[in-house]
Amino acid sequence: MADPRLLIVTLARLLDGCRTVAVGALSPIPGSAALLARALSGGRLHVSVLGSRRHSDFSDGGRELFDRAGQGRIDAFFLGGGEIDGAGNINMVGTGGYPRSEVRFPGTFGAAFMAFAVPRVILFREEHTPRVLVPRVAFVSVPGTSPPGVWRRGGITALVTGCCVFGFDPARARFELRSVHPDETVASVRAATGFDFDVPALVPTTEPPGAAEIALLDGPVADAIAEVYPRFAGAVFEPTGTP
Amino acid sequence: VTELVDTTNGLARRVPDGALIAIPPDYAGVAMAATRAVVRRGARGLRLLAVPTSGLQADLLIGAGCVASLEAAAMTLGEHGAAPCFVRAQRAGTLAIKDATCPAIHAGLQAAEKGVPFMPLRGLIGTDVLRHRTDWTVIDNPFAAGDSIVVLPALRPDRALFHAAMADREGNVWIGRRRELITMAHAAEASLVTVERLVDRPLFDDPALAAGTLPALFVEAVAVAPRGAWPIGFEDLYPTDDGHIAAYARAAATPEGFARYLAEHVLDADAA
Repeated sequence: MADPRLLIVTLARLLDGCRTVAVGALSPIPGSAALLARALSGGRLHVSVLGSRRHSDFSDGGRELFDRAGQGRIDAFFLGGGEIDGAGNINMVGTGGYPRSEVRFPGTFGAAFMAFAVPRVILFREEHTPRVLVPRVAFVSVPGTSPPGVWRRGGITALVTGCCVFGFDPARARFELRSVHPDETVASVRAATGFDFDVPALVPTTEPPGAAEIALLDGPVADAIAEVYPRFAGAVFEPTGTP
Repeated sequence: VTELVDTTNGLARRVPDGALIAIPPDYAGVAMAATRAVVRRGARGLRLLAVPTSGLQADLLIGAGCVASLEAAAMTLGEHGAAPCFVRAQRAGTLAIKDATCPAIHAGLQAAEKGVPFMPLRGLIGTDVLRHRTDWTVIDNPFAAGDSIVVLPALRPDRALFHAAMADREGNVWIGRRRELITMAHAAEASLVTVERLVDRPLFDDPALAAGTLPALFVEAVAVAPRGAWPIGFEDLYPTDDGHIAAYARAAATPEGFARYLAEHVLDADAA
């Protein structure tokens, strides 16, 4: 199990340069990453955490997130999935047949829209196994790439797992290993990955959280994420501030 | 004229068998007391439209045999895991499922509330979500060459069913910030609403409340159901009863366990 702080800090760094980020349901680690990135930006990054009263500013119902994204007002969004393949396709529906699936996942949520409307889509799935990272997804909730002529503002840029960080090249529809987390190697990542990917000559270790990042995590980020994910915050952070 | 009905059982009698019923997500006011009453009245063949996701509510109705089909962008009990009756029913093929994506459901309802036949939506092209939706199609943008776009038919539910904080005696319902309820109610032929309480002062008399008020015109009936969303939480009034939902998830993991849950918490309880 990877250190959640490392994952949060890694995801936060991928938000560098964004003006707005939205975080969807059931996403404590991406939510913490967005809040950390906001703290690091001095408050310039606009963050909306679904399910939060204090850290989301939606006032027009469930559609507002998608309407904002459709207009181009959201720069980055996180997605996960039951299966992710080497071409960046994501399956959030199920495996073993459709519509009668042997293994059924919750569903596509807003991903079949957001992955087209949001320029920077960051994939996050902590479980890094051949069961999740497959050669070919059984159901395409989100295509990794789209042919010319299909409207798409951007798309998948990276995949962060409990073992490593991949970059994604849409032109080649392939992942490239960018860094491995501490205690992982190229070989261990390859063994745990069901798809083929590129490996550059030099693969660094994912940069660990710095002192400033840890201070923010245990302070304002812990306080903020606890509103939506109290149990997660209690388990991961060592709060220094007031709740 | 909106009817103020005495009990959730009375409200449940207004949910017709076979009807297309719009239900809100867990964070927007789920009429769980009324849903248990729908199960007690033995509703059959309901076509559920989750706006845009559901959890315990749809799972309970599916497990109780009330549901013929479900359109949703997702079904989950959140941190309590998969929705067990939904998972079993789709695997058995006893539930027709229409997998959607959140903004597609919002857009279909927006078409209905405008009274237009369809709504375009970006994205979706190249997904299996679209491939399996024979009721959705792709057209050329009539205003720009070489631009394909998905169009979705209007979603016009027979009834919307939800829980809200308060209604006045004219049947106006205060939904506050939960604007998805307004869209649902506009799109549906009529809404069935449970509320925490009735207030004597007309909601439109207070401009601060009027902006978050669903007019009685859209509301067929209101029933008072204190803690009517339980075990799902409701706004600041009460949190989700995680212990209960965890117990549901464990029980509903088997058909026998689900039957016991139904006997104990639905068929017997909440006769009000």
